[in-house]
Amino acid sequence: MAVITYRQALHDTLREEMLADENVFLIGEEIGVFEGSYKITAGLLDEFGEKRVRDTPIAEEGFVGAAVGAAMLGLRPVVELMTINFSLLALDQIVNHAAKIYGMFGGQSNAPMVLRTPGGGGQQLGATHSQNIELYYAFVPGLKVVAPSTPADAKALLKASMADNDPVLFLENLALYNTKGEVPDEVAPAEIGKAGIVRPGSDITIIGYSRMANVATQVADKLQQDEGISAEVVDLRSLRPLDRETVVESVRKTGCAVIAEDDWLTYGIGAEIAASISDGAFDYLDAPVRRVAAAEVPLPYAKPLERAALPSAESLTTAVHQTLEAVGHRR
Amino acid sequence: MAETATRSKPTSSGSKSRRGGARSSGNRAQQTQEKAALGSESPEQLRDYFKQMSLIRRFEERAAQGYTQAKVGGYCHLNLGEEATVVGLMSSLYNSDYLFTNYREHGYAIAKGIDPNRVMAELYGRTTGTSKGLGGSMHMFDTDVGLLGGYGIVGGQIPLATGAALAIDYRGDNQVVMCQMGDGTTNIGAFHESMNIAALWNLPVVFVVINNYLGMGTTVDMASAESELYKRAVAYRMHGERVDGNDVLAVSEASGRLVEHARKTGEPAMLEAVSHRMKGHSVVDPAKYRSSEDAQAARAADPVAAFRDQLISAGVLDEDGASEIEQTVQADVDAAVAFADDSPHPDPSNLFDYTYATPVANDSRRLPADPVF
Ligand SMILES: Cc1ncc(C[n+]2csc(CCOP(=O)(O)OP(=O)(O)O)c2C)c(N)n1
Repeated sequence: MAVITYRQALHDTLREEMLADENVFLIGEEIGVFEGSYKITAGLLDEFGEKRVRDTPIAEEGFVGAAVGAAMLGLRPVVELMTINFSLLALDQIVNHAAKIYGMFGGQSNAPMVLRTPGGGGQQLGATHSQNIELYYAFVPGLKVVAPSTPADAKALLKASMADNDPVLFLENLALYNTKGEVPDEVAPAEIGKAGIVRPGSDITIIGYSRMANVATQVADKLQQDEGISAEVVDLRSLRPLDRETVVESVRKTGCAVIAEDDWLTYGIGAEIAASISDGAFDYLDAPVRRVAAAEVPLPYAKPLERAALPSAESLTTAVHQTLEAVGHRR
Repeated sequence: MAETATRSKPTSSGSKSRRGGARSSGNRAQQTQEKAALGSESPEQLRDYFKQMSLIRRFEERAAQGYTQAKVGGYCHLNLGEEATVVGLMSSLYNSDYLFTNYREHGYAIAKGIDPNRVMAELYGRTTGTSKGLGGSMHMFDTDVGLLGGYGIVGGQIPLATGAALAIDYRGDNQVVMCQMGDGTTNIGAFHESMNIAALWNLPVVFVVINNYLGMGTTVDMASAESELYKRAVAYRMHGERVDGNDVLAVSEASGRLVEHARKTGEPAMLEAVSHRMKGHSVVDPAKYRSSEDAQAARAADPVAAFRDQLISAGVLDEDGASEIEQTVQADVDAAVAFADDSPHPDPSNLFDYTYATPVANDSRRLPADPVF
């Protein structure tokens, strides 16, 4: 078992899968000569050559669509979209084409491809470069959307995504690339559509994904240590399909829930989770479900403003305390 | 007959003169050229072109009828008036070559080799249709003949076609991709992005623009700063060419040449076929925006009738032979309608069969009234 970064886990998985299957190729802006904006693809051009590590012009719709067409003929493209913000230029090809090929033609063709893309704020990149718009994709049947939070999960989910015969949006987060974690020598592909209980507990359920799943775990550990509060943390891992069962089962056990999400509150992922809890655990709830989400503003550049706008360990801790107070929880 | 983008000579069939309905087809000089071209195709081949063109004509008339009888739903865009282009283009592709089209694709599906029964059945939304009834008029598909889809989003097919060519290049295969589109499509970003990528990476794709000079009610000169569309190829250092889309032999020749060049060299090219749309944009469009001279010109340019006359005067076909073909075709279309009518509708219990190719945990299979828990 080695301790490696999230970045390294992604890199290693791409490399291993490229070695295993020559139909796998990488395509995106600056992934070859420049070695990737976030260096996930470092060294791969040298090792695999231009055919399999393909630098593209700045033409998101063109190259994402070309990947869809190549996938229709049986290649297995892994697209790097520099950040999720730029995926909007390719929205037509992702939503109107990749997601529809299998259903619209009665199962005669499909688009086995992975769209890797980082999202998230906190790097002082301003409003157009700091978004969490995974919801746009998680809304669409025909797409799968996964969001790993740890290096081990990154590896397991990327393997699963690359083996999958559907288009998978693989959500990374700029804040996670340098995080470290234990990764077993042999990692089995994850099961797409399954959430994980990353930390069992009995007093309250905290639900998160990507960066916020990690924040939730830190908060839960600290609450246990400092106050003896036992929080269960559910990491969604997959936003579509969504594992409502795991969420609802946990809330039936604990009787209350806080959802931690990096996206915007109104209509966000948390809204869907809260509705699911209402559908499946209404009678078990001892307090209203709370959501901790980003402030609904175009994310400002100035550091204190940006910090204020994003959910954090502190804001999540506050929400957990308030919920437990409402429940009448005694330490 | 063809103009190429590298020769920048002015053209008389530019959109501005065409708006008033002035069409140059049918003049003496051109006919002499046509006769010469007639020589290079076998009589069987010529008769087969005529048969296919007649079949598409009949088929589309029946599709329109099916629409007014509410047997065909959704939108229904016809190839009436474009039969020469459709048949000429398809004559240049092998079965193993790939075709991506826009939503005006019934004729292409038939000419690419799909049984008209299945094309009609798709219009009727039946399980025997080209897409099992899930696609409809705009979304036909058949791997066996290389039709990799009709697409309802204007320009959506262009990046896909480029990607298919990328896959061919990647594997070192020998096929060619043809990407059909309308004149209105050439102003979409995906067109430019894909032309650039195809040229940059030397991909074997022939972009074919059917310039019927109308995109719904917008004329080509209202929408395109350079309305001689083949010239746009120049911006991508790509070979561009314009051909008379009413002349099946000219289309077949130009298209065959570009397809074979792409096959040999991997180089993409662009072909503009100047054609007519005889009817409205779709079956429900009365085309009120169209001047009567122009509508008349479209009718007068009827490529099916013109080719029939041409074959008869060249002695390839006589009146009896022509009507025999027309009767066969009529029977084929009647059979297609009967087949479609008799075919089963998809069963609602199969609603969730085709969302994902790889099954996943927790895939939602809720009907509207089902509780979530
Ligand atoms: C992106 C997009 N915008 C608008 C439409 C609506 N629409 C459908 S067909 C059409 C006209 C296209 O004309 P053209 O490309 O010339 O093709 P033609 O209909 O002549 O075959 C429009 C605007 C669409 N389907 N997709």
